[in-house]
Amino acid sequence: MSRFRNALMTVALLAAAGLGAAQGSKYPGVGRDATPKEVAKWDIDVRPDFKGLPAGSGSVAKGQEVWESKCAQCHGVFGESNEVFSPLIGGTTAQDIKTGRVANLSRSDYPGRTTLMKVPTVSTLWDYINRAMPWTNPKTLSTEEVYAVTAFMLNLADIIPENYVLSDKNIAEVQARMPNRNGMSTQHAMWPGKEFGGLAKPDTANTVCMKDCKPEPMVASLLPDFARNAHGNLAEQNRIVGPQRGADTSRPEAKAGTPAAVATASPATVAKPENNESKAIVAMLNKNNCTACHGMDKKIVGPGFTEIAKKQAGKVDYLAGKIKGGGVGVWGQIPMPAQALPEADARRIAEWISKGAGK
Amino acid sequence: MSDDSIRSGRVQKAPENFLSRTGIKEVFAESKKGRRDFIRNAFAAAAAGVAAPVAMAQSNPVPSEGGDSNILNLPEHATGLGQGVATEGYGKPSKFEANLQRRQSPGLTQTTQSSVSFAPLQSLFGIVTPSGLHFERHHQGWWDIDPSKHRFMVNGMVKKNMVFTVDEIMRLPSVSRFHFIECGANTAVEWGNVAVPTVQYTHGMLSCSEFTGVPLITLLELAGADLKNGKFVLAEGGDGSSMTRTIPMSLITSGEVIVAYGQNGEMLRPENGYPLRLVVPGVQGVSWVKYLRRVEVGDKPYAAKDEAVHYMDLQPNGQHRQYTNIQEVKSVVTTPSGGQVLLDKGFYNITGLAWSGKGKIKRVDVSTDGGRNWRQARLETPVLSKALSRFNLDWVWDGKPAILQSRAQDETGHVQPTYQQLRGVRGTRSIYHNNAIQSWLVQENGEVKNVQVS
Repeated sequence: MSRFRNALMTVALLAAAGLGAAQGSKYPGVGRDATPKEVAKWDIDVRPDFKGLPAGSGSVAKGQEVWESKCAQCHGVFGESNEVFSPLIGGTTAQDIKTGRVANLSRSDYPGRTTLMKVPTVSTLWDYINRAMPWTNPKTLSTEEVYAVTAFMLNLADIIPENYVLSDKNIAEVQARMPNRNGMSTQHAMWPGKEFGGLAKPDTANTVCMKDCKPEPMVASLLPDFARNAHGNLAEQNRIVGPQRGADTSRPEAKAGTPAAVATASPATVAKPENNESKAIVAMLNKNNCTACHGMDKKIVGPGFTEIAKKQAGKVDYLAGKIKGGGVGVWGQIPMPAQALPEADARRIAEWISKGAGK
Repeated sequence: MSDDSIRSGRVQKAPENFLSRTGIKEVFAESKKGRRDFIRNAFAAAAAGVAAPVAMAQSNPVPSEGGDSNILNLPEHATGLGQGVATEGYGKPSKFEANLQRRQSPGLTQTTQSSVSFAPLQSLFGIVTPSGLHFERHHQGWWDIDPSKHRFMVNGMVKKNMVFTVDEIMRLPSVSRFHFIECGANTAVEWGNVAVPTVQYTHGMLSCSEFTGVPLITLLELAGADLKNGKFVLAEGGDGSSMTRTIPMSLITSGEVIVAYGQNGEMLRPENGYPLRLVVPGVQGVSWVKYLRRVEVGDKPYAAKDEAVHYMDLQPNGQHRQYTNIQEVKSVVTTPSGGQVLLDKGFYNITGLAWSGKGKIKRVDVSTDGGRNWRQARLETPVLSKALSRFNLDWVWDGKPAILQSRAQDETGHVQPTYQQLRGVRGTRSIYHNNAIQSWLVQENGEVKNVQVS
């Protein structure tokens, strides 16, 4: 083959690869063809008709293994936990699996709504676990693990038996057993366009009445006194100049006829000195995902930092070791995994905790 | 399963889980124990003439000894040399404005990475939200992404799957438009009863910015999208959550949906999706996918997690409405509002915001007697489609109890509903899309309270 012909071939190949397309477009030089590898890496969505679902399978038993090591910390051993996120499992019945409508959703006295009560499509579970779980390490599960975790959850909800192996071949059968598969409606006026049919008229038809529109109103709901300061002192949440101030909710409300408590001119938050070390530590805690499990003052999965500070004051070495090595039993039975951050960072955090974990 | 009940004033758990029957019952029971006559009694007390004149801090009294010391004694800033240019390379608000912060609602969520912060609407002017006070909703934490490494992909029912750099997106013809963004769960805690004290927490998942970017249709056409059979577009984020949402094609073909990189004259803030986010005017915030990495053209909707587990509206019959997108006509008085204290009797400018996901605001009316009688407010310019509009109304407060409300109407004729009307159709468990008329009780001691009226 001559060099000339080679050159021609190259041009032709480039054109086929899309360079030519960009040049022929309205905006030459902008954008290029995506390679099949690039599309495969990013195009991970799975639709309700299972378009996009990769071939594979996973058992309930395998799912339990994955669940206990990667999911139970936040969601509870049975998907029931309300500690970090809303509960996943519960509230569905064998009857719901028959009808495809979760009966508890019609009850106004039923206290919660779990994921399995709501979700109509099993593809949604697969897609979301695959793209966004585990929460602190999304997209790290293998295809088998995603099938397995999905299977484990479906088993917890009694949708499939415990010896089941979920796969791309049988997932449509599972869809036919989803407890709330018939629980959706698109008959509303809140989708722009006609793709779902929908309704043209909005739900309500209030009018522009201007005079004597209703009888004298009465207060039907207001905040109880115990909640007065539940959102912090409102005096510190309003501008210090203008026609009104924030109410000083750190004090009880003034009686009718006397002036309400008002903040004085200088904002309480202005003069607070900034603690730069604490700021740096908090940034480090966020960066290393510590705050996913530990609150500043309160327990999330593990204890709050100030709680640890009280119990382990001054123990820098001990704390640094716990951060690096993990542990279980001091604060409960949910284990803290070993953390991969640099030794120096672990020490700095440990020192900060040992001195009280101040803000 | 543990009970996820809320007490009013102390909400619990994720925004998708706001409501609880027990919490509602508790407050209703309390209101029946005599709170119901609260306003009537307040009016009676005022009529009896026992109210003392309200004298407050920072009033402007007639000086007794020659004049106001703030005038007579020249301050340091009038007698000294001020600071030089570029002391701050990026200027900050006055230190006296430090109370204006976006804030979390205590107890609402267990983590900060899957949470919301609310914009301080009570202290903002006009229609633009300062970028640093823009409300936040993150599903899996926020990132500051290197724009030179960010890519945007178009695939699915297109002639060519394409990849763009941020450089290339910014080379294309751009548009700049003002639009509001409101979380579908804004005001969710108030469906059953009053739950939070101030407009920051009742309505603060709302912001408005000037967004700059490329209409999505330009990019779809570049890729040769099949707009006849491709009826739906999936948008996907590039962060850990890789948020996905099905985007209405009608808003894309109309040219309204923008792949944005600019916000209020600068690049998007990291908390708002730097370097690329989708802008879907009139549609709830969850569709405005941040860190946008991909759109896919398809012939069917996608039932993403935030379309099949959350962001569905539970109706009284136990059915969920799926693919509810439009933020319908809504308004709120931002000052005076809950948690504020009026300093004295006399003149006030009642001011607030109105918006509609279906177009421009046509008019806003304001009531000071809990919805019996109304006056038309002034709409300030600009009044733009699917943007916040600012309204004002003159008001002289006589020191007696008053209940402030605002009621907006959009250009389609849709009028903002009362709570009675909205609950009549949607019940109290919908979580999303509460656009009911808000009431603020101005008490005779000057303190303003969040209330709902019969």
